[in-house]
Amino acid sequence: MRDLKVSPIRNGTVIDHIRNGLALEVLRILGVEGLGKDSTISVAVHVRSQRMGWKDIVKVENMELSPQKANAIALISPSATISIIQDYKVREKRPVDLPDRLVGLLRCPNPNCITNQGEPVESEFEVIRRKPLALKCLYCERDLEDFIPHLAPGASGTRGNGG
Amino acid sequence: MGFLGRDIISIGDLSRSEIDEVLRSARRLIPVAEGSRRSDVLRGQLLALGFFEPSTRTRLSFETAMLRLGGQVITIADPLSSSVAKGETLSDTVRMLSSYADALVIRHPNEGASRLAAQVSDKPVINAGDGAGQHPTQTLLDLATMQERFETLHGLKVVLMGDLRYGRTVHSLARALALFGTELVLASPPTLRMPESVRRELDQSGIRVTEESELGRAVRDADVLYVTRIQKERFGDLAEYARVSASYRLDPSLLGQVKPKFIVMHPLPRVAEIPPEVDSSPHAAYFRQAFLAVPVRMALLSLILTGKVPVPGRG
Ligand SMILES: Nc1ncnc2c1ncn2[C@@H]1O[C@H](COP(=O)(O)OP(=O)(O)OP(=O)(O)O)[C@@H](O)[C@H]1O
Ligand SMILES: [Mg+2]
Ligand SMILES: [Zn+2]
Repeated sequence: MRDLKVSPIRNGTVIDHIRNGLALEVLRILGVEGLGKDSTISVAVHVRSQRMGWKDIVKVENMELSPQKANAIALISPSATISIIQDYKVREKRPVDLPDRLVGLLRCPNPNCITNQGEPVESEFEVIRRKPLALKCLYCERDLEDFIPHLAPGASGTRGNGG
Repeated sequence: MGFLGRDIISIGDLSRSEIDEVLRSARRLIPVAEGSRRSDVLRGQLLALGFFEPSTRTRLSFETAMLRLGGQVITIADPLSSSVAKGETLSDTVRMLSSYADALVIRHPNEGASRLAAQVSDKPVINAGDGAGQHPTQTLLDLATMQERFETLHGLKVVLMGDLRYGRTVHSLARALALFGTELVLASPPTLRMPESVRRELDQSGIRVTEESELGRAVRDADVLYVTRIQKERFGDLAEYARVSASYRLDPSLLGQVKPKFIVMHPLPRVAEIPPEVDSSPHAAYFRQAFLAVPVRMALLSLILTGKVPVPGRG
């Protein structure tokens, strides 16, 4: 608590240890539109960190992170941690944790994939390697190693897959 | 896992011993495929063929396989005249087909279409080619052709020639051959080399893989030459295409230096990769390969629809 870069929040979620430079991507995943009128988001970019040199932090008041959004954050920054703040105290703190299968989270980069043809089907990727992270489309079987450009718009899908 | 009711989407869905079972069964069914023996194990069974992309050869061999075993078929052969042309989704068409028939065969221009069909269908689905994706029954009949000639695939030296980059069926074949412990020689133009990811997998499997761009050297002590088509669309420059395709044409004189049991294979249709003079050579195996499509597909249909393969009777 000593090194808080922004004012403390009473209730909300802190996403810490975001890979340096990705705070804005995290904001995009959170989607500001969906926030209540009494929610403030504060962002700290390029913060000193013992563990990782430099990091970003995002704090959101009065918001709980859906499993699907947590998955999206895990995808772009596996180092991120999520803390639930209740009444100014850290109630729960956990690293993000990517499930083995990701449903509806990414668009397949293969334009000829059946998931990109207007069929009533959600994309589905399988983790084929964790370090460095690599995924494979369960439909067209193509590999994917670059995720940010392929995050599905509003990766806020309702179907969380654990996480 | 047994075969009854099973989807066959990718060759990777089958284990080595399951592939063996299909190949063994296919051999038993050759007399039925030739018409010298009869079988009606699939009497009363209906197969739906959803061909959303034209492919006469594959469609006819599935139809033949089903009819030779006493079953019946319904076919969407021309997507332009069907509801597909009116904008119906694949999912809806498949749902309909699966409510009519006992099993489905799907050919579609989009990768992953058969996987999607299998999810929507409550009847088993066989992938007969999904765009640049998988075509597992092609791999099975390729293996059947080699096995018929050499009994065991282990230790064979197989040259894969032509477009090794975009041809995904050649990737499936290479992976399957690795399961059987063959040696692979890759003969392709530099721009059409096997992708790194496939190459890595092959190397990890422990088989010997080498590259050889000079065809004469590649076939000299080989057992199989597997020729694939080099497609014009892969080249921006037509002169470059002409030059490359000319150097990846099988020169009949090369067959003078090969091993006695050596065979030339091709998934067909061929264009100019194999000149017609080769057809009468004892080394030409591509027409046999095309025929073996029937018993291989019979074996698969029988396994999926009844869980077993018939012992064909006389008559
Ligand atoms: N009331 C609060 N308002 C805003 N942020 C808070 C509040 N309490 C804690 N945090 C932030 O939540 C995260 C977790 O809090 P904690 O006190 O466990 O941090 P820490 O000791 O730095 O642990 P770590 O090893 O995870 O960095 C930190 O980023 C911290 O700055
Ligand atoms: Mg800290
Ligand atoms: Zn895909």
